[in-house]
Amino acid sequence: MIGPAGVLIVGAGQAGYQLAVSLREGGYAGRVRLVGDEQGLPYQRPPLSKSYLQGDGNADLLPFRPQTFFDKHAIEVRGDTRVVAIDREARRVITATDEMLEYGHLVLATGTRNRPLPVPGHDLAGVHALRTQAEAEALRVAMHAADAIVVIGAGFLGLEAAAVAAARGAQVDVVETTLLPMGRAITAVMSEAFIRQHQRQGIRFHLGTGVVRLLGDSVRVTGVELADGTVLPGSLVLVCIGVIPNAELAADAGLPVANGVVVDENLATEDPDISAIGDCAAYPNRYAGGMVRLESVQNAVDHARCLAARLLGKPAPYHVVPWFWSDQGDWKLQIAGFTAGCQIVVPRGDTDSRDFTVYAFRDGRLAGVETVNRPSDHVAARRLLSTGAVITPEMVAAPDFDLRRATKAALS
Amino acid sequence: MPEITFVQFHGARETLDVAVGNTIMFAATSHGLEGIVGECGGNAMCATCHVSVEPDQLHLLPAMTDDEDALLDGTAIMRQPNSRLSCQIHVTPALDGFVVHVPERQI
Ligand SMILES: Cc1cc2nc3c(=O)[nH]c(=O)nc-3n(C[C@H](O)[C@H](O)[C@H](O)COP(=O)(O)OP(=O)(O)OC[C@H]3O[C@@H](n4cnc5c(N)ncnc54)[C@H](O)[C@@H]3O)c2cc1C
Ligand code: FES
Repeated sequence: MIGPAGVLIVGAGQAGYQLAVSLREGGYAGRVRLVGDEQGLPYQRPPLSKSYLQGDGNADLLPFRPQTFFDKHAIEVRGDTRVVAIDREARRVITATDEMLEYGHLVLATGTRNRPLPVPGHDLAGVHALRTQAEAEALRVAMHAADAIVVIGAGFLGLEAAAVAAARGAQVDVVETTLLPMGRAITAVMSEAFIRQHQRQGIRFHLGTGVVRLLGDSVRVTGVELADGTVLPGSLVLVCIGVIPNAELAADAGLPVANGVVVDENLATEDPDISAIGDCAAYPNRYAGGMVRLESVQNAVDHARCLAARLLGKPAPYHVVPWFWSDQGDWKLQIAGFTAGCQIVVPRGDTDSRDFTVYAFRDGRLAGVETVNRPSDHVAARRLLSTGAVITPEMVAAPDFDLRRATKAALS
Repeated sequence: MPEITFVQFHGARETLDVAVGNTIMFAATSHGLEGIVGECGGNAMCATCHVSVEPDQLHLLPAMTDDEDALLDGTAIMRQPNSRLSCQIHVTPALDGFVVHVPERQI
């Protein structure tokens, strides 16, 4: 049972917002507070590296819901409030302005922060990061003026931004320490297909190499020096080298932390009054066969729903097929399941064409499906994976294999 | 601005002025209207913006894509012949007076 202070959610992003909504939808009548350190109403991040960056900076499209919605549902949203410590014994948190906020149940939905680039010159003007709306706005304005851009880190965000810049006509160089862009999350076949696609748009890749310093005149960045001495000129440098989970609140309060706040399959920490959801939570995932920490809208939303159900007295372990999307120029990548590191991969369709599907197998059975510009395959794959049906590489490689038919068969 | 009317499952009606070009999903969520979730932000990935339209207004909409069609197979409430995804409906002047019905559930 939740004490009279109600549910206190720290972090007003995708997961925190969804938890507040799902608690009310489920009939929770206690107090719900959504406390975050950003300004304004909770908003969506995905457009920040896509339509928002391309567009004219219309921020009205970003918030999930208007203030009237939160008022109507008695969700107390507090922006500009940073929580600095948890007092587990007294069941309260302490804010940066020394305010004490009591909780019945505390939910950590603190997300992640960008990993800083540990090289000289990282603080020059013209060096950008991308996570918040404020950062996206600064990047958007700078991008409109820059004709040579260097993106450091070829993850989803970096490549989405690179594609936007290239479409605007800028010269774009992408630097990545590994050989496979987005390699932590997708198959090698898909990664290589994306390299070729971006190269066709004029983007230059520098793979398997690191950045040793950012060059500049006394104030502004002018280029990037690589480990082999190459200098890439650029008046704008975007650093997208991954994130650090915001798990310090939990760690300082004595809760286990390992690549995020450690929770069980009910998203509970060791403390029965504290849970963690979204990007900051490391949890056991059946489909991955171990502990994972995912950074996706789906993960944040489904975690929030799962936790809301438990807090409303209907606990059910979190077992959901993950899905994800990334828009890079004309290519919409969609992923269902876990495909990274899968050794057996069966592509269907030409990986240099405008649309194709890649099936990935682990231990001889289908573990995930990656599609480019084939949303209907993606949707079918999500449903197919959730049935747990055994699909083998041989089945998929058969000339008459049809994903929608296989899905219908597995569902019936 | 074109007026779009939302009819909730229990019959409550609400009419919104929607700017041309905006989607019906965005109109609903940005007004805090109940019953349209829009979890994927209009990316045609979640099917939580399901609506059904008046049969005699269906012809006002462009035909749906295969992708919208595939997604409608996964709605929380079984699709009807006049089901659509409201994030795929961009408001035009011709949609003035358009009516959408919100299903009982989206999840
Ligand atoms: C540019 C960009 C593009 C993306 N594109 C996609 C996409 O296409 N598809 C997809 O599935 N996912 C995408 N993502 C990922 C997705 O947005 C995240 O997975 C999702 O936002 C995670 O939700 P969350 O609530 O866990 O964390 P967040 O949304 O990051 O929210 C956490 C909030 O907590 C706040 N906070 C942290 N510590 C404290 C504290 N001590 N006190 C108070 N507040 C605190 C943070 O400032 C932040 O506002 C993208 C992310 C970014 C940045
Ligand atoms: S908002 Fe997700 S499919 Fe329409």
